[in-house]
Amino acid sequence: MQTKKRKKTGWSILLGVLLFFLTFLFLMPIIWVIGSSFKSTGELFSWPPSLFGKSPSWNNYIKALEEGDFTGYFLNTVFVSIVATILTVIVNVMSGYAFAKYRFKGQTVLFGIVLATLMVPLEVIMIPIFKVIVATNLYNSLWGLIIPAVASPTAVFLVKQYYAGIPDAYMEAARIDGASETNIFLKIMLPLAKPIISVLCIFSFMWRWNDYLWPKLVINSKTKYTMQLALANFSGEYSVDWNSLLAMSVISMIPVIIVFVSLQKYIIGGMTAGGVKG
Amino acid sequence: MKNFEQKIFPYLLLLPTIAIFGVFLFFPALNGLWISFTKWDGINPQEFVGLKNYIKLAGDKDFLTSFFSTMFYTCLSVPAIFISALMLALILTRRIKGSNFFRAVFYWPTMISSIIVGLTWRFLLGEDFGVINYLLTVMGNSPVKWLTNPKAAMAVVIFVTAWSMAGYYMVMFIAGIKAISETYYEAADIDGAGFWQQFRYITLPLLKPTSLLVLVLSTVTVIKAYPLIYALTQGGPAGTTKFMVQMIQETGFEKNQMGYACAMTTVLFIILAVLTFVQFRLNRGGEQDAN
Repeated sequence: MQTKKRKKTGWSILLGVLLFFLTFLFLMPIIWVIGSSFKSTGELFSWPPSLFGKSPSWNNYIKALEEGDFTGYFLNTVFVSIVATILTVIVNVMSGYAFAKYRFKGQTVLFGIVLATLMVPLEVIMIPIFKVIVATNLYNSLWGLIIPAVASPTAVFLVKQYYAGIPDAYMEAARIDGASETNIFLKIMLPLAKPIISVLCIFSFMWRWNDYLWPKLVINSKTKYTMQLALANFSGEYSVDWNSLLAMSVISMIPVIIVFVSLQKYIIGGMTAGGVKG
Repeated sequence: MKNFEQKIFPYLLLLPTIAIFGVFLFFPALNGLWISFTKWDGINPQEFVGLKNYIKLAGDKDFLTSFFSTMFYTCLSVPAIFISALMLALILTRRIKGSNFFRAVFYWPTMISSIIVGLTWRFLLGEDFGVINYLLTVMGNSPVKWLTNPKAAMAVVIFVTAWSMAGYYMVMFIAGIKAISETYYEAADIDGAGFWQQFRYITLPLLKPTSLLVLVLSTVTVIKAYPLIYALTQGGPAGTTKFMVQMIQETGFEKNQMGYACAMTTVLFIILAVLTFVQFRLNRGGEQDAN
């Protein structure tokens, strides 16, 4: 018994060290970026480095906000993320609800079509989608970032599964009372979907906020850049302005940090809910 | 009896979804296949060339280099993600204090955009000013050309990929491990099986459905890698980390060889379609098990 106990403390010390190392590995890069965003150019490239530099200042942020068109990129991203999230919720709740709560001709085929979209990610249609974007007058327009990606198979599945767990009795009772299908959906079934709508909002917002490929394909002029597109393009320039880049990166991470810290339970919990048991 | 409204309503609900998929997904997908049989610069009329683009593809050194480096990158990144995600999950499913905190810490990189992940590591690994090279010199080593040496760059790209994606699959593994009944482990404890034996004979076999899903999903994601790599190495040095999506993007939009780029896309599509099909089969298998 004695040796077993000693062996166990040995293990837990080892585990503690490992956890410390891993936490360092996963947190430090981002903390280092945040710290460095307060450094002056000279200090950014001088050794020995320190976390916040000798005289941390907001200069990089002030410069980014005053000189560049950064405020514009920020507002573009906010606009795209919010409008796209609203539309994503509306469109996918509608179709998920239809698949879960109605039996209609062609249902299997239509659901098969939704499934099949998983096989065609944007990367595979980059060239021809460009043609469609131009033909639909969406090229170089923020709406071109919003509309084409509003329908999402993942969102349809999530909503469908959620509604499958809600009894049909609600609808039948309302029908007997003479409610129209539109009213049943809007006044009874939609309010019931609040939990899944929150999940959709979080993921849709994060996805749009962080997206790079759509803006890369659709946006041409600088005034319509989103933050990710701006960051990527500026980082590709011959001499990289790390001061502005770091400040911009940190600003663009703020909403993500807020969402993650406050809604962490929903984000990770949503994935594990099925298997949690203490 | 269904009235007219009940019959028509589901179609109205589905209209936006199907319309968007039709216009922005299926039409371009089919159109892309057609473009791959033509010569097209994006401006002048398309010219039908039959299989010429595909024949050119088979002998194009740049494309083949990109194809094989994508495969190399995928074949190393997927196990790296798999092992690190499983390891993190195994640690966090032991009864440790603050496991929720650690779970959030490991999951966190998956929430940041690929561009910022790439920039972050590019900043840390900078040759003359990066903090990692500083630490190396302090410890008496010479600085490493992390992003300009082809071998180092490939290793960095694989490491950063695993760093940014491990947390996502960790959550899947945690769910899988927690779904395994405690009684197996209790019985194994009584029989005196150690940690390694329990892992080898209980956890690993019972985790097979999760493992397969993680393998397929991570392969599908990694094979399409582009923003992360672009922010980290821009595809360099000398094209060592220029993977297929970047290759297609540049061929189509920078060299204006739209037809040829579409032929490259077909290759990528076939790989992804096979993997997605496997994923469907695995999902269906999982459902049958659950029932």
